[in-house]
Amino acid sequence: MNQQVREAQYAVRGELAIRSEELKNELVVGAKLPFKRVVGCNIGNPQALDQKPITFFRQVASLCEYPDLLKDENAEATARLFPSDAIARAKLLLKNIGSVGAYSHSQGIPHIRANVAKFISERDGHPADASKIYLTQGASAGVQLTLQMIVENSKVGIMIPIPQYPLYTATLAVLNAKAVPYYLDESKGWGLTAEELQRSYDDAAKKGVDTRALVIINPGNPTGQCLTEDNMREIIGFCSRNKVILLADEVYQTNIYQPKERPFHSFKKVLKSMGHSYNGFELISYHSISKGMVGECGRRGGYFECEGLCESVMEQIYKISSISLCPNVQGQIMVDLMVNPPKKDDPSYAQYKKEYDDIYFSLIKRSQLLVDTFNSLEGCTCNPADGAMYLFPQIRLPKRAIEAAKAAGKEPDHFYCMAMLEATGVCMVAGSGFGQVEGTAHFRSTFLPQPELFDGFCTGIRKFHSDFMNKYKD
Amino acid sequence: MMATPNGKNNSKVPTSSNMNPKVYRAEYAVCGELSIKAEKLKSDLVNGVSHPFKRVVSCNMGNPQGLNQKPITFFRQVASLVEYPDLLKDENIELTLKLYPSDAISRAKFLLEHVGSIGAYPHSQGIPHIRENVAKFISERDGYPADPANIFMTQGSSAGVHLTLQMIVEHPNVGIMIPIPQYPLYIATLSILDTKPVPYYLDESKDWGLTLIELQRSYDEAVKEGIETRALVIINPGNPTGQCLTEESMREIIGFCRRNKVILLADEVYQTNVYQPNLHPFHSFKKVLKSMGPEYEGQELISYHSISKGMIGECGRRGGYFECEGLDPSILEQIYKISSISLPNVQGQIMVDLMVNPPKEGDPSYEQYKKEYDDIYVSLCNRAEKLWGAFNTLEGCTCNPADGAMYLFPRVRLPQGAIAAAKKKGKTPDQFYCMAMLEATGVCVVAGSGFGQVQDTAHFRSTFLPQPELFDDICSGIKAFHAEFMDKYRDYSRL
Repeated sequence: MNQQVREAQYAVRGELAIRSEELKNELVVGAKLPFKRVVGCNIGNPQALDQKPITFFRQVASLCEYPDLLKDENAEATARLFPSDAIARAKLLLKNIGSVGAYSHSQGIPHIRANVAKFISERDGHPADASKIYLTQGASAGVQLTLQMIVENSKVGIMIPIPQYPLYTATLAVLNAKAVPYYLDESKGWGLTAEELQRSYDDAAKKGVDTRALVIINPGNPTGQCLTEDNMREIIGFCSRNKVILLADEVYQTNIYQPKERPFHSFKKVLKSMGHSYNGFELISYHSISKGMVGECGRRGGYFECEGLCESVMEQIYKISSISLCPNVQGQIMVDLMVNPPKKDDPSYAQYKKEYDDIYFSLIKRSQLLVDTFNSLEGCTCNPADGAMYLFPQIRLPKRAIEAAKAAGKEPDHFYCMAMLEATGVCMVAGSGFGQVEGTAHFRSTFLPQPELFDGFCTGIRKFHSDFMNKYKD
Repeated sequence: MMATPNGKNNSKVPTSSNMNPKVYRAEYAVCGELSIKAEKLKSDLVNGVSHPFKRVVSCNMGNPQGLNQKPITFFRQVASLVEYPDLLKDENIELTLKLYPSDAISRAKFLLEHVGSIGAYPHSQGIPHIRENVAKFISERDGYPADPANIFMTQGSSAGVHLTLQMIVEHPNVGIMIPIPQYPLYIATLSILDTKPVPYYLDESKDWGLTLIELQRSYDEAVKEGIETRALVIINPGNPTGQCLTEESMREIIGFCRRNKVILLADEVYQTNVYQPNLHPFHSFKKVLKSMGPEYEGQELISYHSISKGMIGECGRRGGYFECEGLDPSILEQIYKISSISLPNVQGQIMVDLMVNPPKEGDPSYEQYKKEYDDIYVSLCNRAEKLWGAFNTLEGCTCNPADGAMYLFPRVRLPQGAIAAAKKKGKTPDQFYCMAMLEATGVCVVAGSGFGQVQDTAHFRSTFLPQPELFDDICSGIKAFHAEFMDKYRDYSRL
């Protein structure tokens, strides 16, 4: 078979996730295990952990599925089940779409792209062009498409952060391109320096790698940090000097927990604020409906915005998009709702705001509880999450644990996570799946499990950790 | 600007000359130049620009609901309920019953129990309950058991084809046999995977029939060129050609695969678009393989299906599945791994469930479902017949009837003058003809060169999907255009 496919790894759904499914099934058939339930902390999948969807969004989606509800003869019954603004939005969307069952324009429904452009310009204070926006089946699909464009041959290098979201290494493996790693600094809140970027680029150049792009995940995954504007200007300067295209994965842009101290800035905005000397700078920015307070992962929707790309490449992007025909229409509709939610004075606004804020504050609270728990574990340190949905604690394991892991043919953090899963039912992702400084061990945990489960969850982890450390004490 | 340490000059990254060349070379005619021009003409009409036609009619894509085919009501009712589960709460149920039938309500409840929220990431292979229903459907269809563990849900069969071809193509000398004419997804995908298409020709004079001799010829020639052929793609019913294979032909094909050790990839998305079910019924390759007994145990087969076609036409939803037979467990693990990087959307999976498990006799929604289904089916048969009749009246044009699928693929014999004019413009004769048709009539088809054809022939593919009310105009428009075109380029020097 295709060797590059064989070599690709995607730890988020790897061995630990597969084992957690097995344990789930065992519990269903009544097996006696040291825990009552399996808790998936491995995937950023809010609605699987009982986060409620945004009501208004689901109302609009429901109406679009079954347009008979909007007919005059049903208006009375429909008005009693759906608010008037959801009904109006569904009518407007269907007018611009036709049927949710028809193939749409390959680039995405024009009306929705226009709304995305509006959202971007209001967010940034700089105009956006609907013709440079592509709707996608999640940000992952957009990343895969654009990386595939850029990777001309096996000498092409793509700079990726360590630690990174494993979509990137998996995609580069399949494309047979070179991953050019740059390290985030754990001791500095996972900060990123221009020196480190240049070191990484130069090291690759010495090995004959032709570096073409820099991937930045902001807010970071798994690390959760938000870049400062200064930092972002440095990064843009680096890209400009070294002639690399900037790929800005911004899917967590609304998961920001210290909006005053560490707000989100889009790379588009920072770029535009740097003035005319940066005209022509190439940037692709990715967003998704899977994250934020929306959490509609199963729907597969998102977009990317191109800036500074040449016309012939834009045509090629269109062509490649057209081979998969179009992104699914309900995913596109959810993008529309995400970028154009109820406004103040709309009938659904109060409910929307309440639902949004409830989820937001709950995320902040859970993040705090979990970071404190991790920092209380022996040998464990954890940076707080400025953003995203994850914590990435570093664990310092006793030598005997490391040896036991080696004997089992596993990385130490993988060994630790498997032990945690078997003891507590909690499924994490081992740090080795994301990349890390050699000789360190980490794991990534979401802070998504329901608030009611949290105390039990933290207690279980504390107990497991101290048992583990005792077992393998030097 | 100074050159950088790597010696890069002022050029952008990427450009058409330094981007992935495999992507650059790939072509996909269905959404190509004609389609882009059709979009432009559509906006022209909206903006009041005058053209010799009142509307643009897209006959280029198998997109039924884009041409006003109604969706199946029961399916949309269930989809609507799972979007907004509050409708199923006790306090709302009285009102909900005014708008939705009871079987749609119970199906939605049942699905939500197994799915949770449609907004959550599903299982990488697809929701287990739905895969079980797919397995049940397959076993009832074929009379042989199917295993949900061998079924993978996809975002439309295109995604499944892409994934599995990617697995199979180990290096650039791997060959994949594809029919000529073929659905351009295949050549585009092979181009991107940088591997060799190994073409075998369907015989237009024999209703696009497929012979063993031709398969073997194609395979043997590839061997001579040092190509390692690993798979055979069969599209049944065919696209663009619409033919249904006989059981005998299918047994021969399976024998061929066995002898030459190639995996059979069976694109069966049009399996319910079958218009002569007594004379040319659909048989699944799975069924035929199983009927060939233990001797063929272990023959590798992947079969693809989709919610985009049939009477359902839910193209915009992106859903489908493929079933693996005889594959090594280690390969299934790899397929699982790659599937988990990009998961199929949940509403698409739900539509697969509805497709394979529609209302049954006795269900409240059954009557309506059956009527909607049959109305669409009969209408497709009628429209296929009408359009086929029209094409066969055109000068120099012959068209095989459609046993299945949604397309007609007539052959046009164009005058020398037209061929020369096309060459001057750097177009193939059929591209030139189709562009002229679009500009004269507003009807957008796809040029045969996009699908592959015997050299020096010209074809075009047209769907027969436009609404019945438009059909008479479409046929008369095409007739008038064709007559004018033939007159314009008529080769008087031969008189």
